[in-house]
Amino acid sequence: MWQWLKQLYHRMGSPKWFYEITERWIPWLAIVAGVTAVVGLVLGLLYAPADYQQGDSFRIIYIHVPAAILAQSAYMMMAVAGAVYLIWRMKMAAWVAKVIAPIGASFCLIALLTGAIWGKPTWGTWWVWDARLTSMLMLLFLYFGVMAIQQAMESEDGSYKAAAILALVGVVNIPIIKYSVEWWNTLHQPATLTLTEKPSMHPDMLWPLLIMLVSTYVLFALLVILRTRNEILWHERKRSWVKKMMES
Amino acid sequence: MSLVIATVKRDFILAARNPGEWANPLMFFLMVAALFPLAVDPDPTFLSKIAGGVIWVAALLATLLSLDSLYRADVEDGSLEQCLASGESMYAMVLGKALVHWCISGLPLTLVSPLLGLMLHLPDEAYIAMVLSLAVGTPILSLLGSVGAALTASLSSGGLLLTLLILPLYIPVLIFAASAVYHAGIGMAYNGQIAMLGAMLALAIALTPFAAAAALKLNLSR
Repeated sequence: MWQWLKQLYHRMGSPKWFYEITERWIPWLAIVAGVTAVVGLVLGLLYAPADYQQGDSFRIIYIHVPAAILAQSAYMMMAVAGAVYLIWRMKMAAWVAKVIAPIGASFCLIALLTGAIWGKPTWGTWWVWDARLTSMLMLLFLYFGVMAIQQAMESEDGSYKAAAILALVGVVNIPIIKYSVEWWNTLHQPATLTLTEKPSMHPDMLWPLLIMLVSTYVLFALLVILRTRNEILWHERKRSWVKKMMES
Repeated sequence: MSLVIATVKRDFILAARNPGEWANPLMFFLMVAALFPLAVDPDPTFLSKIAGGVIWVAALLATLLSLDSLYRADVEDGSLEQCLASGESMYAMVLGKALVHWCISGLPLTLVSPLLGLMLHLPDEAYIAMVLSLAVGTPILSLLGSVGAALTASLSSGGLLLTLLILPLYIPVLIFAASAVYHAGIGMAYNGQIAMLGAMLALAIALTPFAAAAALKLNLSR
């Protein structure tokens, strides 16, 4: 297993190999993301029972929670990819980190917007300066900062390294978001899903959420792969394998 | 080590010969705080409620203003290149630079803050909390800011970008510091918030110089 992982890691470093292998993954990822999204949304929006306190307005959870979880894990992936580039100078890692930034920022924005829409009927306000909301806003600003410094640097290598350093410094925010609802007594409800405890939701409500979570992760993987392939084509455009492929 | 002492000494001499470097952020600090009573409400009971937050926001902005020049001159005149080439520890040098920066920005802000407290009708019980939170909090601002300053040192329009990069990282400091001053003002215990700031400072001293040192090297590999 370890050997296989190591081999996979070394192969991932080759843009050509990545481009060719993901060619076969894309249709499958698209099918899985599409089917799970349809199943999860239909189950969640039509068949899950209404919440006894919040009524039907709780159904936005099927967009809000997956987007919020993904916004945080995307940031961690971006920071890890950046660290891989800083340590081993692997170009693929830099491209992956670069393409994650706008995608992660979009998911963060979706989480904030759906949160505001959910907050209006349940809390009676679009926005409160609550610990979790504020730290999610900080996450969005961190994404913007990473994107801004990528644009500002003149040399390509410098932009990757600067973005990686900034992303790594910003990692301190992730535990703050994660534990904000536990450390501070705030308006935002505690985490819906935890790995260690028995879920507090009814299974009919929980299953659609888990399916949507899978769907969102697969969608994210698909988006990252598609954009990374563009980066590969652009950076390797003078290589013979790209030229050969373009001619045929 | 000699490099650190030399850098610290040189930066103090530069600051002494160029008073604008430390006086301008101080002026800015006083002026920004004076804007709030004019723009919002000069009523003393209202001001005493927001005074702690206003002073902290002003201190944060003044620190940001003074950060832009932290490494710029060193990059432009090539002395940074010499420091890197000398093979001495960059970690210590970054720490030394941050120390000097705090001595000429954060420390004066801390010392004049009681004057602002007086002008903004800060409650009497909150003075010690305010000075304490500024004394512990502003070094964190200098250390985190040195990462941003190192990242943007060779960019021509680095000032605004620096603000964008660093402000999100300042928010936790601001939250704990302002809440310490606020709690002291209403007669509650504030040692928890000061302890959190102390923990942040310890973490910042230990980790930010690595990031800043790595960022400084970027300025040379152009």
